[in-house]
Amino acid sequence: MEIKTTGVAGTLESSDIQIMISKGDDGIQIDLDSEVIKAYGDQIKKVITDTLEKYGIDNAKVKAVDKGALDCVIAARTLAAAQRATETSDRPELGVLQ
Amino acid sequence: MENKVKRNLPDELMSDMKLKPFESVEVGNPEIKRIAPKVHVTTGENKVVDSLEEVIKKTLKDGMTISFHHHFRNGDFAFNKVMDLIIKLGYQNLTLAPSSLTSVMNDKVIEAIQKGVITNITSSGMRGTLGDFVSHGGLKNPVVFRSHGNRARSIEEGEIKVDVAFLGVPNSDPAGNANGQEGDAVFGSLGYALIDAQYADNVVLLTDNIIDYPNTPASIKQTQVDYVVKVDQIGDADKIGSGATRFTKDPKELKIAEMVNQVIVNSPYYKEGFSFQTGSGGAALAVTRYLRQSMINDGITASFALGGITKPTTDLLDEGLVKKIMDVQDFDKGAAASMAKNRNQQEIDASWYADPHNKGAVVNNLDVAILSALQIDTDFNVNVMTGSDGVIRGAIGGHQDAANAKMTIITAPLVRGRNATVVPSVETVVTPGDSIDVLVTERGIAINPKRKDLIEAFSKVPDLNIVDITELQQMAEKQVGVPKPLEYTDRTVALIQYRDGTIIDTIKQVKD
Repeated sequence: MEIKTTGVAGTLESSDIQIMISKGDDGIQIDLDSEVIKAYGDQIKKVITDTLEKYGIDNAKVKAVDKGALDCVIAARTLAAAQRATETSDRPELGVLQ
Repeated sequence: MENKVKRNLPDELMSDMKLKPFESVEVGNPEIKRIAPKVHVTTGENKVVDSLEEVIKKTLKDGMTISFHHHFRNGDFAFNKVMDLIIKLGYQNLTLAPSSLTSVMNDKVIEAIQKGVITNITSSGMRGTLGDFVSHGGLKNPVVFRSHGNRARSIEEGEIKVDVAFLGVPNSDPAGNANGQEGDAVFGSLGYALIDAQYADNVVLLTDNIIDYPNTPASIKQTQVDYVVKVDQIGDADKIGSGATRFTKDPKELKIAEMVNQVIVNSPYYKEGFSFQTGSGGAALAVTRYLRQSMINDGITASFALGGITKPTTDLLDEGLVKKIMDVQDFDKGAAASMAKNRNQQEIDASWYADPHNKGAVVNNLDVAILSALQIDTDFNVNVMTGSDGVIRGAIGGHQDAANAKMTIITAPLVRGRNATVVPSVETVVTPGDSIDVLVTERGIAINPKRKDLIEAFSKVPDLNIVDITELQQMAEKQVGVPKPLEYTDRTVALIQYRDGTIIDTIKQVKD
């Protein structure tokens, strides 16, 4: 899946995560800022990576600002940002979230 | 060594500091001896001086212990005024022993530590930049955290020997009779400071309001005071306590509050003349509202309310639903103002409130306590001291003390953001599970298995959703996942005392 533009999804509200996805050429690079980075940093990165790979993105730069989001929220925001970045929002791929 | 709540305590530190591990919540009937302060005899008609610097030079030496109270909360000007001079005068190796530390004091404490002025601290708690500084190893000697009742006990027994107490007051007469109820910066009860006034070798009052002799009611008495220092402004009235207390609109907190009220009114303690203590959190305030309605409906009045007092509680006094308030501290302007006009709102000192080594403290007469928690584990141990990142950000306050109530209820949401509140094992044990009876979360109510009587009483009430605490822990884990364990260094940055002075847990330096 080709990234065409920068895609953003999510807010900076408590229990949400804001994900920004842009073009990259060295695998999935995640810059994560989180209040719970010590306890859940690895898990958050894993959910973002898994979601992108399931959607068919292998190279991307990801900037994530987490405010304590649960895994289901992280996956949903990642998918929305990815679909905006690939300009495919008109065909929601909700199957990725299963 | 391991103590009775299964915490590993550092052997070397324990023996160096001659500390004992926590054993039991039962205080028993030991015989103890109280110390007496030095008295510098004077006729003392006029103790007013203008120079705080002169007073410090006359009373303070390197290595001494200084104390303050925190009744001005974030409106405190006394602490920074005194510490500025102490730092300027180049004192070293002081022990800081305030009743607690509020955020407005943080920068000054850090500066004093960095300059070697303060080398030891005992306090009820610390938050913000200071908690972060200590948790990252900023102070060489471990901080000793004590509850309000334990601080009173430690001062009475000489474990904390206060050399100079600097006590800010909103009024005083020239001889040192003072209270917290009149002036520009009123805070109501002087409960924590009364112990310092009674036991410190030197008692220095700071006030912006010197009034005619004799000043009554005299919470602090002329018999106790060495100097009265006149300052421009002692506190910021707007920052002492919140103004009008607003009730929470958070549906989760309201649900918890309603459940807590159900627990109270269905307990064997809810009858004419019962007593209770609530905290100042959103859910606790809402409990007061639900409880008020139940008491009106059932025609029941309470003999007393205890603790840190808020306006919703003084409203109950005005309505006659509560007969007396036993008041060690006021959390808002309404409660502070109420003390001045209502003789049934009795000022109590920290010893009367909660000292375990007493001929009875008010907490021993308490039926129901409603307390909060940062974390509670499946053994009902409660943490109110360290955050989910392991950093110091809280205070014991009266938590361990009020937990002596006949029924202690912890209120907490199941999770906060991505952090579980109900966990397999708390980061820091502050209040032992043996003194906790009921946990109320929005997802269910757990009862300590040791309280078979409560389990039996509550299982007859169909409205109460009683669950096992491990079930709550698993619900929380299912929602947020399993966190990676926090990493600490071997260095102990703080000791948590139980109210009898034994060590219930330690806090280690966080690894970054």
